[in-house]
Amino acid sequence: MAAHAPGAGSGSGCSGAGRDTPSAPGAAMADGPVADVLLRRLEAADGGLDSAELAAELGVEHQAVVGAVKSLQALGEIIEAELRSTKRWELTAEGEEIAREGSHEARVFRSVPPEGLAQSELMRLPSGKVGFSKAMSNKWIRVDKSAADGPRVFRVVDSMEDDVQRRLQLVRGGQAEKLAEKERSELRKRKLLTEVTLKTYWVSKGSAFSTSVSKQEAELSPEMISSGSWRDRPFKPYNFSARGVLPDSGHLHPLLKVRTQFRQIFLEMGFTEMPTDNFIESSFWNFDALFQPQQHPARDQHDTFFLQDPAEALQLPMDYVHRVKRTHSQGGYGSQGYKYTWKLDEARKNLLRTHTTAASARALYRLARKKPFTPIKYFSIDRVFRNETLDATHLAEFHQIEGVVADHGLTLGHLMGVLREFFTKLGITQLRFKPAYNPYTEPSMEVFSYHQGLKKWVEVGNSGLFRPEMLLPMGLPENVSVIAWGLSLERPTMIKYGINNIRELVGHKVNLQMVYDSPLCRLDAEPGPPQTQEAA
Amino acid sequence: GKEQGDKKGGGASDVVLYKIDVPANRYDLLCLEGLVRGLQVFKERIKAPLYKRVMPNGEIQKLIITEETAKIRPYAVAAVLRNIKFTKDRYDSFIELQEKLHQNICRKRALVAIGAHDLDSLSGPFTFTAKRPSDIKFKPLSKTKEYTACELMNIYKTDNHLKHYLHIIENKPLYPVIYDSNGVVLSMPPIINGNHSKITLNTRNVFIECTGTDFTKAKIVLDIIVTMFSEYCENQFTVEAAEVVFPNGKSYTFPELAYRKEMVRADLINKKVGIRETPENLAKLLTRMCLKSEVIGDGNQIEIEIPPTRADIIHACDIVEDAAIAYGYNNIQMTLPKTYTIANQFPLNKLTELLRHDMAAAGFTEALTFALCSQEDIADKLGVDISATKAVHISNPKTAEFQVARTTLLPGLLKTIAANRKMPLPLKLFEISDIVVKDSSRDVGARNYRHLCAVYYNKNPGFEIIHGLLDRIMQLLDVPPGEKKGGYVIKASEGPAFFPGRCAEVFARGQSIGKLGVLHPDVITKFELTMPCSSLEINIEPFL
Repeated sequence: MAAHAPGAGSGSGCSGAGRDTPSAPGAAMADGPVADVLLRRLEAADGGLDSAELAAELGVEHQAVVGAVKSLQALGEIIEAELRSTKRWELTAEGEEIAREGSHEARVFRSVPPEGLAQSELMRLPSGKVGFSKAMSNKWIRVDKSAADGPRVFRVVDSMEDDVQRRLQLVRGGQAEKLAEKERSELRKRKLLTEVTLKTYWVSKGSAFSTSVSKQEAELSPEMISSGSWRDRPFKPYNFSARGVLPDSGHLHPLLKVRTQFRQIFLEMGFTEMPTDNFIESSFWNFDALFQPQQHPARDQHDTFFLQDPAEALQLPMDYVHRVKRTHSQGGYGSQGYKYTWKLDEARKNLLRTHTTAASARALYRLARKKPFTPIKYFSIDRVFRNETLDATHLAEFHQIEGVVADHGLTLGHLMGVLREFFTKLGITQLRFKPAYNPYTEPSMEVFSYHQGLKKWVEVGNSGLFRPEMLLPMGLPENVSVIAWGLSLERPTMIKYGINNIRELVGHKVNLQMVYDSPLCRLDAEPGPPQTQEAA
Repeated sequence: GKEQGDKKGGGASDVVLYKIDVPANRYDLLCLEGLVRGLQVFKERIKAPLYKRVMPNGEIQKLIITEETAKIRPYAVAAVLRNIKFTKDRYDSFIELQEKLHQNICRKRALVAIGAHDLDSLSGPFTFTAKRPSDIKFKPLSKTKEYTACELMNIYKTDNHLKHYLHIIENKPLYPVIYDSNGVVLSMPPIINGNHSKITLNTRNVFIECTGTDFTKAKIVLDIIVTMFSEYCENQFTVEAAEVVFPNGKSYTFPELAYRKEMVRADLINKKVGIRETPENLAKLLTRMCLKSEVIGDGNQIEIEIPPTRADIIHACDIVEDAAIAYGYNNIQMTLPKTYTIANQFPLNKLTELLRHDMAAAGFTEALTFALCSQEDIADKLGVDISATKAVHISNPKTAEFQVARTTLLPGLLKTIAANRKMPLPLKLFEISDIVVKDSSRDVGARNYRHLCAVYYNKNPGFEIIHGLLDRIMQLLDVPPGEKKGGYVIKASEGPAFFPGRCAEVFARGQSIGKLGVLHPDVITKFELTMPCSSLEINIEPFL
């Protein structure tokens, strides 16, 4: 088992589960005489050694050497072992017997004395039947069928060469290759030889080669520290290519990690956070105060969630409401107005705010009531709600990010300058601005940035100067301009984390593994370089 | 003046297709005629035309509004395009412009509906009145026989185009209708025109009527149509007047084709945009945007003529924007405002941010669930009656998922677990976010509360873990245990969502802030879960 720590490991927590090769319980001990010998032989060896040869030399089972190889491998880079597969000839049990005692025919020959032996007696010998016919065909013996007491066997030659035994002994000595192909196949037909495939290891020194692993300790213990015994003891090396055990931990949601970064950016730029903890808003603050006419399509049932209960706002700032009404229906503050019949009932209708600009309107109204006017920079990031058709990138609720600056004499150039600084902090440097229409800003501009991955300009935000018809009824001084911009929190997050379906990010269908695995959010950091292949 | 557009390869053909974004308030750019005119003026190839209303040689066409229209569609305006020459392309563009206006400024015909008629097939004066549907009978466009209005409303219920407009008049006792002096029906606005006066490629004289509930928008729509298509009249850019007599006897002449003068100081434009252009250059930029301008007075005043095509110009800021667009947004020098401010966090969000991090440090994982949900989620599934929740109700949800705003964070967390049942146990989740309840002390009658909710889901209920989490939260908030002033305690309690005897109420700083306990098996089952689960939900606002 791969593990960098040889000591016993503990179970995994919820975050570590499911990973391959989690950190490691203890590896098999490499102790033992065979491993010891193997390392000593390897130290002396030129290049390496073969496990089967070592087994043969040591007179142990090959499996014992293989076990030693594997236990040494588990310790890391002590040795390198390359699995080789070789074919070799081995003696059968009968072959072993013949190599030891001679072939059946030789044994038959030797049991025939010079004066001959009755054939019936010879046939009773263990090697009799097989050996007789072979010895006959080798012309080592003959049969005299005219003998008085039945057929009798006599030697034909004084001595003979037992080639079968000699050849089998050669094979046993590992020199099967000295036999001719024909000789081997004859022995195989006689079931004295068999060809086996042998898996052996070619073992060589590893990068951390040492002969003293057999005495290695797994881990440092309190006793070793107190006794000082750690000084004299070698420790098993760690396998640093294994993975660790992930800590048991909680995780922050990726979208809210991005929210934290946006808050940080605004705070770094000196923007104060507006209160936005009111999802329910009146149409007045959501639309009318922003000079959005009562017939505007955004105020349609198809786009906005209206409330059945509480259906209407209970209180509205009536002085201000009248100024708003006049501006819509008759104009004023240099405006022609929209020239329609403005209805208070329509303004009272409660809804789920469709943008955080409703909260900005409240904040600017509060600012306007404070005299004298003091310049401000405001921001907010919170939920907004749209009764829209849902798809892979649209939900009925999402987070809107909004920035607002109010000061004397602000220009479109200032808006663009602030946007440049803001987007630079997001790691977006190439910006372009496009005219757009927005009921409550004029001039209005859509902000585009060049997306390296998509190879095109993509919209990253909307911005503009709030209309005088919105600001002047609030009571803000005439020479104060208010620049503002907005964007969604979800879109940059989906791009950042490579998420295509918004449901994987927001809502209860989120994949918790994605939450567990999501990295830190550093919006201005360049993505890491592509992983290069390590040289072989 | 919107020359921006993405070039797109037109498939295998060599034709370059331009996609042009037209801002929603530029009705003068909705048809090819207006777009080409705008571009040519911008490129200074032509001067913006002067649109003129002329009186007819003979008798003026009259449209008389009767008082029956008052309750359903009180306004009407009209005009005549005399000696016009249609071609197939011009005719198609004429129809398409009407459709685009209907969808856009006319708010799907609810505010304004347009009817165009072959004047030579009719005989004025015309009467705009309202009648009982059963009393209206005519042959509508592209039908071969007459139907009553009742029959038509039935027939059009299955018409994919017209069915969307039926609701505008469907339930009214009287339907609007326009007749000529012979009783021929011109149209039954906002649904359908009569077939009799249908315009064709051979039509030479067009009578246009716009009826509606918004007088201003009806006038704008009429101005747009006649300014766009008077280009094809024998006397280019002239429109023959028509007279509309209102029920009170007053009579008006349309189209208005009003030109208005605005005065804007050059330094105001420079100051709002952040550029330094001479008054002459600014006047030239505006003229290229079809806003004929000249420098007058002290040499810093610019007089701008707003043509009838530019109803979107209602304030000097609209003129400033046109100057900026003509200058080119991307040519404007970016500068940083000198506004000096000290940043402050909203205290509730600051507390939330701090707590979130320590909740994660305590081993809990953050969920982000929807603020909208079904009644079932916050009531039935928790064993509570919806009337006891003080929940705000949405009047127009498209699905049950958006019936109410949540009054508790618990259902969202349980649904998150249900969607992640394959994950290894235990699951430890939290969320710090807002819930909404009715509150008559607030101006809108409802308010948010910032809640902290946590759940522990495992083979054992783990009450001690959730309890320990509460202890940890109180430690972080510097609230000591105990009944003493400023301390916190939990006391045996009950609640339909909890297993009997396994629920406690949390009191801190002298008030009840929430509950914790082992969830009732019925709750677990209703959220499609199978393991024991304990939860904690508290309001964190007392700790601000």
